[in-house]
Amino acid sequence: MLRSLVKRAAPKAVVPEPEVLQVPPPLTLVDVEDPAIESRNLSVWYARKHAIREVNLKIQRKGITAIIGPSGCGKSTYLRAINRMNDTIRNCRTTGQLLVESEDVYGPNVDPVLLRRKVGLIFQKPNPFPKTVYRNVAFGIQLHYRATKEELDRVVEAALRQANLWDEVKDRLDDSALGLSGGQQQRLCIARALAIHPEMLLMDEPCSALDPVATAKIEDLMFELKKVMTIVIVTHNMQQAARIADHTAFLYLGKLVEYNVTRELFERPTQELTENYITGRFG
Amino acid sequence: MKPKSRVVRKAKEAGFVIIFLAGIGVALGVLGVLLASLIVTAAPYLTPTLITNYANYQDPTRAGYAAAIAGTLWILSLTLIFSLPLGIGAAIYLEEYSHGGRISRILQAGVSNLAGVPSVVFGLLGLLVFVRGLHLGAVVLAGALTLTILVFPYVVITAREAIRAVPQSIRDAALAMGATKWQAIRRQVLPAAAPGLLTASILAAARTIGETAPLIVIGAVVLQTFLPYGPDSPFVALPVQIYAYIDLPGPEWQGVSAAGMIVLLLILFAFNAVAIVGRNRMQRMRW
Amino acid sequence: MGGANADGTGAPLASLEAKWVWQPGETLVRTLLFIAAAFAIIATFAIVFALLLDTVIFFGRVSPLDFYTGTKWSPVIDGLYGVLPLIAGTLLIAGGAVVIGIPLGLSAAIFLREYAPARVREILKPVLEVLAGIPSIVFGFFALLLVSPTLKAWFGADYFNATNAIIVIGIMVIPIVSSLSEDALTAVPTDLRDGAFALGATRFEAMGRVVIPAAFSGIMASFLLAFSRAVGETMVVLIAAGENVNLTFDVLGPMSTLAGDIARKATGDLPVGSDLYRSLFAVGFTLFVITLLINLTSDILRHRFREAYD
Repeated sequence: MLRSLVKRAAPKAVVPEPEVLQVPPPLTLVDVEDPAIESRNLSVWYARKHAIREVNLKIQRKGITAIIGPSGCGKSTYLRAINRMNDTIRNCRTTGQLLVESEDVYGPNVDPVLLRRKVGLIFQKPNPFPKTVYRNVAFGIQLHYRATKEELDRVVEAALRQANLWDEVKDRLDDSALGLSGGQQQRLCIARALAIHPEMLLMDEPCSALDPVATAKIEDLMFELKKVMTIVIVTHNMQQAARIADHTAFLYLGKLVEYNVTRELFERPTQELTENYITGRFG
Repeated sequence: MKPKSRVVRKAKEAGFVIIFLAGIGVALGVLGVLLASLIVTAAPYLTPTLITNYANYQDPTRAGYAAAIAGTLWILSLTLIFSLPLGIGAAIYLEEYSHGGRISRILQAGVSNLAGVPSVVFGLLGLLVFVRGLHLGAVVLAGALTLTILVFPYVVITAREAIRAVPQSIRDAALAMGATKWQAIRRQVLPAAAPGLLTASILAAARTIGETAPLIVIGAVVLQTFLPYGPDSPFVALPVQIYAYIDLPGPEWQGVSAAGMIVLLLILFAFNAVAIVGRNRMQRMRW
Repeated sequence: MGGANADGTGAPLASLEAKWVWQPGETLVRTLLFIAAAFAIIATFAIVFALLLDTVIFFGRVSPLDFYTGTKWSPVIDGLYGVLPLIAGTLLIAGGAVVIGIPLGLSAAIFLREYAPARVREILKPVLEVLAGIPSIVFGFFALLLVSPTLKAWFGADYFNATNAIIVIGIMVIPIVSSLSEDALTAVPTDLRDGAFALGATRFEAMGRVVIPAAFSGIMASFLLAFSRAVGETMVVLIAAGENVNLTFDVLGPMSTLAGDIARKATGDLPVGSDLYRSLFAVGFTLFVITLLINLTSDILRHRFREAYD
């Protein structure tokens, strides 16, 4: 009786709250016309913690936009706000507007389930389902569509090809996805997301758990994908942002500090905070 | 490919949520009805004489549970004295000393297999080994030893949870200061796990109080007009006495048994309340 | 000997060394604790020994074949020792109970894990644990007082019948299934669930297509544990299911089970050394073997279906 009492009797650690410093007003030096994604005064709270503070950002259609910043600055939170994944977290509140294709996804009539069909998300740690390779890719399709076996086979193959994974797994479609290497698993997750034909792809530090070879493969993949879709990538690896992103935004403690064409941001940062971060003085 | 209707998907979800609620609903409903009917049936018999009278199979108004309550307390005390050190000791070994090898897997399998044995079988064990084999007879000690074996795996499992919940940093800190393994356990881990261990002990006690079948098999008597005088005394236990009254025909006897069950539930409730209060106090004292 | 101190003198730190080298206390403690841990094994052997002893003698006097294939269990009146009625009764009642308890328990677990807000969960979990802690005689009473008259009114069942036990034992196993299944569902890493959401799954779809399959081995273990518990349940059967010496499948009539019959016979006259006395141990041995098989199956299946993230 009351076994949960035993577990609750354990001592708990106490974690202190981080301090808040002063952040200069944001500097947006690039004008994005016809943005695919736009946030207006977007704020996100976790219980009492103000994780994203009134961020205004326009993300270009087709191409790669990177969001960089030190740990805990809210980059992942911002990303997850775009496809309303933050809804799954208790005590998370969002204010402001977030427009995807000019429609506010936090508006009254928006269905997050359909939103997530349009906006895919790749996680930091590859998270394939404990199913076969085939069923991983087919999962999203079977959620949203009724398809015959042949149709399913076609879409699965197309998605795996698009993710540059087909040749490596075509003989292993019925093996467990968990038997793939880390890089392959991440490309599988990308294939899984691509299978439902999203218009945009959000990537949350997709390479941070991978080795350099796997990382290179995924960056190559991103170069191909950016020709046809909007990609937003969060990364703590500045070299990566410099390599692949068209635009880069620097976030600090939940606020946008500077947003510019990537090359300009890295070679001629305007804010002192940006320069300190890029040169490695903190973060 | 045809897209699936979002409306249909939403409807499926709503439908299943209702089904899922049924599980909880049935549990809650049964609990409520059970307690209500118990109280209603027992009401006329909830008098102080219930506790002070001995068993009586002629007159329901004079029937009581005095010997049974005393017997239960006797058995409970002895069972706890035997099973708690044994169970907590086993839990300490399994959590702190064993290293996941072949032997420890066998030990753990032993505990979980024992946990799955039906309670009557423990009764048979007790009958053969303690009552007849050791010639103890159907006495308090035999009952306590039998219930000790029965409740032992349960103590091990819950005590392990309590010990496991202690943060590793506490052990590391003690060892880093030069404590031996046992010193670290005795002075740091066990005190930290104390609230959980207390709770585990009380849960074990609650489990023991409700056991009927093994005591029946051992030979708890049902007409006892004196309180047990020691570990070597014949005994009757509360649940066994209740069972004896249930067997009798007629609503009055149902009332008597229901009243006994209320007493039993109150005792259990008291134990659980002590568990909650005790754990809260210990936690407040510490941090 | 002769450790160097910080100031360079050679005074030996004898007391420190002695403690470090010679620790009989530690070994003693470890041995004692090991014995405590081994107690379960010792007890298991004791049980097997206790049961086997009289069982073997019993099978010297009543042939095991007759015992396990005979269809009439009437040791007192007819001297017939066919245990099939008890085995059939046990499996029928336990089987019926889990048909009720498993869906309800799993539903409760899903509701608690996925749909219940935190505060509701805080209240409902203890309630389920209260249900788990109620002694079985109380449930037996419930069966007789409330379930039996209802069955009699609706289906014309006998006062003592097997369905009393089936329904009530089914309710008794709900907390077991619910608690263990919920643990299994909670153990599934959140990334899997998040991955499903990111692809546009509803909560129900994420639960049904990803989380539950991922928690399969733990959920199945909970089912088997519930079945094992139902097989071993004594008091409810003793109080409410009646007694039947014949092999029957009529759930609206009385039925005996292995566990129930042991307790029933034990309250009667049991001359030591009689066949009747020994038959109890044979029945107990049969019951023990059945539950052992169920528990072993559960362990094996758990091992085979262990999730890759375990």
